[in-house]
Amino acid sequence: MLTLIGVAVVVIGFVLRINPLLVVTVAGLATGMASGLGPLAVVAAFGKAFITSRYVAIVWLVLPVIGLLEHAGLKERARAVVAGIGAATTSRVLLIYFVVRQITAALGLTSLGGHAQMVRPLIAPMAEGAAENKYGELPKKIRFWIRANAAAVDNVALFFGEDIFIAIGSILLIKGFLDQNGIHVEPTQLAIWAVPTAICALIIHCTRLLLMERRLRRDLAAGQDSE
Amino acid sequence: MITLEHIYWLSGLMMAGVAIVNWRDRSNRRRFNNTAFWGIYAITFLAGTYLPDVVNGFLVIGMVLVASIRGLSQSSRESSTKEEREASAKRWGNRLFIPALAIPIVTVLGTVVFKRVNIAGMPLVDVKQVTVISLAIATLIALAMGMAMLRPPASAPITEARRLLDAVGWAAVLPQMLAALGALFAVAGVGNVISGLAQRWIPLDHPAAVVTTYAVGMAVFTMIMGNAFAAFPVMTAGIGLPLIVQKFGGDPTIMAAIGMLSGFCGTLMTPMAANFNIVPTALLELPDENAVIKVQIPTALVLLGANVLLMNFLVFRR
Repeated sequence: MLTLIGVAVVVIGFVLRINPLLVVTVAGLATGMASGLGPLAVVAAFGKAFITSRYVAIVWLVLPVIGLLEHAGLKERARAVVAGIGAATTSRVLLIYFVVRQITAALGLTSLGGHAQMVRPLIAPMAEGAAENKYGELPKKIRFWIRANAAAVDNVALFFGEDIFIAIGSILLIKGFLDQNGIHVEPTQLAIWAVPTAICALIIHCTRLLLMERRLRRDLAAGQDSE
Repeated sequence: MITLEHIYWLSGLMMAGVAIVNWRDRSNRRRFNNTAFWGIYAITFLAGTYLPDVVNGFLVIGMVLVASIRGLSQSSRESSTKEEREASAKRWGNRLFIPALAIPIVTVLGTVVFKRVNIAGMPLVDVKQVTVISLAIATLIALAMGMAMLRPPASAPITEARRLLDAVGWAAVLPQMLAALGALFAVAGVGNVISGLAQRWIPLDHPAAVVTTYAVGMAVFTMIMGNAFAAFPVMTAGIGLPLIVQKFGGDPTIMAAIGMLSGFCGTLMTPMAANFNIVPTALLELPDENAVIKVQIPTALVLLGANVLLMNFLVFRR
């Protein structure tokens, strides 16, 4: 049971809103101690795990060029493009991005998206621009809500699209694990059985995106009438 | 051959540049904290492979102490005004999209092309890491295109990277930290303890109860670990294979496919999946760090319900 001390630290830390870096470090050190390592060995184990996980941070290499383009007005241009399309609404912008992201992920093109590369510089400004176009200046709360939705679209479409592609990490993990347990499955079969859930995800999330426009209209139309 | 190590050097150089820009910026009241944080991070990229594990461990602890006890801050200087950016957007028009879209396109092309390029019998890039290396190369090509087009001062890429990285702040390091925690959890056997608890406390003598426990367990355990990949082997070895497949004769392919996707529903609901849920709130400058999770919870719960139903209907059919 002592092994679970790290889980407890994480839950308590997140609930009390202590700095997550500190929470995770304490949880890691506590878990290591609970499994019988000495203090220095725990620090070494944590250091080693951190160093071998560096590949997670490679995405930050996009920041110089994204920053440069933002400085030159990339977000403003993304907004202007959407403003020029009369039929563009926040719902439709996000809906189109959802479908494109899910289909390309299903074809294995999972890198055609991402929060730093696509959502911050392009998708979020477009979604905001579409709302501004219809309803004028947006209250901060609505602006933040639209941005959060743009990030959510990237996640949901990616998660429930990529598993249809046979060479993706999760399918290979499933195959490897079942092989070890003496059960042999075909990656194509695993991919096919990911399709029902992918369709459900498409229906559920796109319905919610369509409902977004109703909430925007309800919350913002009052302000527009008074103009 | 280009390996991950070279990409780490590149990341290290960028982090070092960010540290130096912060050090020279007097408008940031905690500039030395930022310098120390990104400076130490730079060392872990540049020298992490060669330093002893215990030194790396203390470097990480140093970063965490700087970020959590004294805190990081941002430069109070804006690099451009809204009017300047709007004028520039008018001037450059849709050409601004070219370097931005070059990043995903070159990354995708790279994953296809680099696998086949050999120089003197050696592959050009480490084939196992081709996606990450392609992404890094794509950012360099996009940066070159942006520099050639916009002709900003040579220091602009680093000062702009500094602006964005400081906006994200310590959250930039959180995904890597959580990946490290997941590795420690795995070594300590956290998963086995949890699946043992589930088996002891949940009545598992009816197929529907087992299927529901497996799917919901995947989601909950993924929320704890922050990663469905960590939850899958534990839940499947603990509940899926012995009960769904062996006891009740379920189809392992369908169980595994839908089980993994049930785990992904959990990923949508946890701050532990920081790169998907917490980092975007920092990138999009949202005041509530749970804003993305809150938007995702309804979809995740309905979809998890759909997965439970799908698995119940499909897994025992053959």
